Amino acid sequence: MKKSVLFGALTVASLAAGAAAAGTLDDVKARGKLNCGVVTGLAGFGAPDANGEWKGFDVAICRAVAAAVLGDASAVEFVPTTGKTRFTALASGEIDLLARNTTWTFSRDVDLKFDFIGVNYYDGQGFLVPKELGVSSAKELDGATVCIQTGTTTELNLADFFRVNNISYEPVPIETNAEGQQQYLAGACDAYTTDASGLAATRAAFEDPSAHVILPEIISKEPLGPLVRHGDNNWGDVVRWTLNALITAEELGVTSTNVSEIASNTENPEIRRLLGTEGTLGEMLGLDNEWAKRAILAGGNYGEVFAQNIGETTPIGLARGLNAQWTDGGLLYAPPFR
Amino acid sequence: MTTLSDPPKQQFRLSMLLYDTRYRSATIQVLAMFGFMLLAAWLISNAAQNLAALGKPISFSFFTESASYDINQRLLEYDSRDTHLRAALIGLLNTLVVAVLGCITATIIGVFVGILRLSSNWLVARIMTVYVEIFRNVPVLLWIVFAMAILIESLPSPRDFRGEDPAATMDMFGTVAITNRGVYIPEPLFTNSLGNLHIFGDSSLRFDISLDLVAVLAVLAASIFAMRKVAARAARIQEETGVRPKTWYIQLGILFVPLLTLLVALGFYLGYPELKGFNFTGGTHLRNSLIALWLALSLYTAAFIAEIVRGGILAISHGQTEAAAALGLRSGRIMRLVVLPQAMRVIIPPMISNYLNLTKNSSLAIAVGYMDITGTLGGITMNQTGRELECVLLLMLVYLAISLCISSVMNWYNKRMKLVER
Ligand SMILES: N[C@@H](CCC(=O)N[C@@H](CS)C(=O)NCC(=O)O)C(=O)O
Repeated sequence: MKKSVLFGALTVASLAAGAAAAGTLDDVKARGKLNCGVVTGLAGFGAPDANGEWKGFDVAICRAVAAAVLGDASAVEFVPTTGKTRFTALASGEIDLLARNTTWTFSRDVDLKFDFIGVNYYDGQGFLVPKELGVSSAKELDGATVCIQTGTTTELNLADFFRVNNISYEPVPIETNAEGQQQYLAGACDAYTTDASGLAATRAAFEDPSAHVILPEIISKEPLGPLVRHGDNNWGDVVRWTLNALITAEELGVTSTNVSEIASNTENPEIRRLLGTEGTLGEMLGLDNEWAKRAILAGGNYGEVFAQNIGETTPIGLARGLNAQWTDGGLLYAPPFR
Repeated sequence: MTTLSDPPKQQFRLSMLLYDTRYRSATIQVLAMFGFMLLAAWLISNAAQNLAALGKPISFSFFTESASYDINQRLLEYDSRDTHLRAALIGLLNTLVVAVLGCITATIIGVFVGILRLSSNWLVARIMTVYVEIFRNVPVLLWIVFAMAILIESLPSPRDFRGEDPAATMDMFGTVAITNRGVYIPEPLFTNSLGNLHIFGDSSLRFDISLDLVAVLAVLAASIFAMRKVAARAARIQEETGVRPKTWYIQLGILFVPLLTLLVALGFYLGYPELKGFNFTGGTHLRNSLIALWLALSLYTAAFIAEIVRGGILAISHGQTEAAAALGLRSGRIMRLVVLPQAMRVIIPPMISNYLNLTKNSSLAIAVGYMDITGTLGGITMNQTGRELECVLLLMLVYLAISLCISSVMNWYNKRMKLVER
């Protein structure tokens, strides 16, 4: 009796060890679903809408990858993660891809063994304060109580910023954005700090957004991007080039509305390669040739995704700024499709 | 007389290990033990190999790296340049603080509620029943979050104390500030402070001992020792003459005169909190994360303790109470002198597991942002360094060590309280 339990445990353990070895792309195809790590809820970047359907700027990456790989933008299992749980979820294989406004840093890339596949939002850390506080610069925050999400880069930047400027503060650690919002609105902290994009999204959800200001100082570089486990380069390529396809599509003027039409009658060789009417780029990735077309159809090109979720016409109202195409003076510069 | 011949020596055969009942159980145990060790070895080597393949072999070198994050509640001096080891130490102290505070208040509340549940006053007994049922039937995490939400939402924020006609004012004659960031109370300060004793130099485990505190404690200990001497002398005189000499004023004098002299010599005064800039400064800041956690853990565990106390009291035969009443004791003294000391024997063992539960439940602290060891070592450090296995193993070890300490202290106490059998 004891022995059989023992051998049972042994076989289960060795099976589990074997399963993790196969490629992520094959796993996803076999499963028919993409497991995508997202935020627990941040309007514009990732949150379920009234119908329980996940929507947002980061969520769009998950959908584009699912459309490219599986041909179905809704074949995604969204896994909400906090700043603290996200890396364990990715490293353990619970998710195939993490698209959760995560900053690309040296130690996450090298030491934590992940691969950032690009940047989908160039950001920086800011401070949100109530207008009535009368603060106009972050350097005036001496002695303030600051709400800060644990397990983030922003927590480390915050410590550095106050240290360098030789002023003091009292950190109030929080787990999720919702908690931070509650504490901040109740006045349990004077300021809330995180990525400026996250602050804009948080403020947009307030009853009276105009009563709060984002201070002018941006105290860090926060290149936010999707990431995968280190070592599975094939899968990394699929995600990297899906993001690049969305960015290139905007640069070349391919949108979700005109993509089918352009695919059939354009003479531009790069567009033809991108959309699979020429060449075999899709096959090289281990997909079919229409992969990029489906990714663009899923939620539109980069510009469309931006405008729909966080752009100036949305309540979040972010300008393109650094996130404009390089041709418009921004930093978006996808390598060529050839 | 020794004519008994030896029984025929039975030759030992290998098959006897299995078929002879004298050996069989040992054989099975050895085999099971062997199998278990194989399994453990296999799991460990598997984990080590997989981690090595991932490029993350087990290593504790991150402990000496700088933590880079700040911790709000720190009993020892700490800043973001300190090491992960020191951050873990700060977290450990925070865990111990809330565990010790929680165990004390839970015991006090629990004993009162347990006794009052047996009260002959219908209303009091009913209220206590409701308390017990409400608290022990809702998960403690919800109580913690609920307590925090109430503190945050219902108390004034420091801004409300500002201005000509402030919305909130300080309590206790302007010495205590109750805000939604915590409670600020006066702190003891000394003008002629004796300073601190630095221990362990500059290492991660360095700490300071306040010599003022040591002096106060030493004087108190000496006073108490002297008081016991006086009490013993009074008891001796009572034994001899039958009259107990009045000693209470001597006792009071012994307790207070040296202490007051010391405090005056040290230049003792209270530092009051005052509103400066964004926050109150000065005084001691009890953060509402600590208060919420402390309150919720105490009230929750007290509900269980109350039941244990009630059970312990009910286990004492009613004859004891009646006998004590017949001797002319009043009900308060019957409880204190007769029933409770006997009930203790039933109460203490299950009490140990409640203390252990409270301590382990304190790991829910992060729900309200209290930086205990789960929040530092098992939270931010683990997250920033990616050393999941190492951090979790260490964390388990720490809780195990704390639990074993509590158990051994309580077991020692239990031995002392045990019925001395003749
Ligand atoms: N970019 C930073 C911070 C990212 C982060 O956690 N942002 C918060 C605040 S905007 C967030 O997305 N929270 C959403 C949630 O709690 O689910 C990092 O990678 O460490």
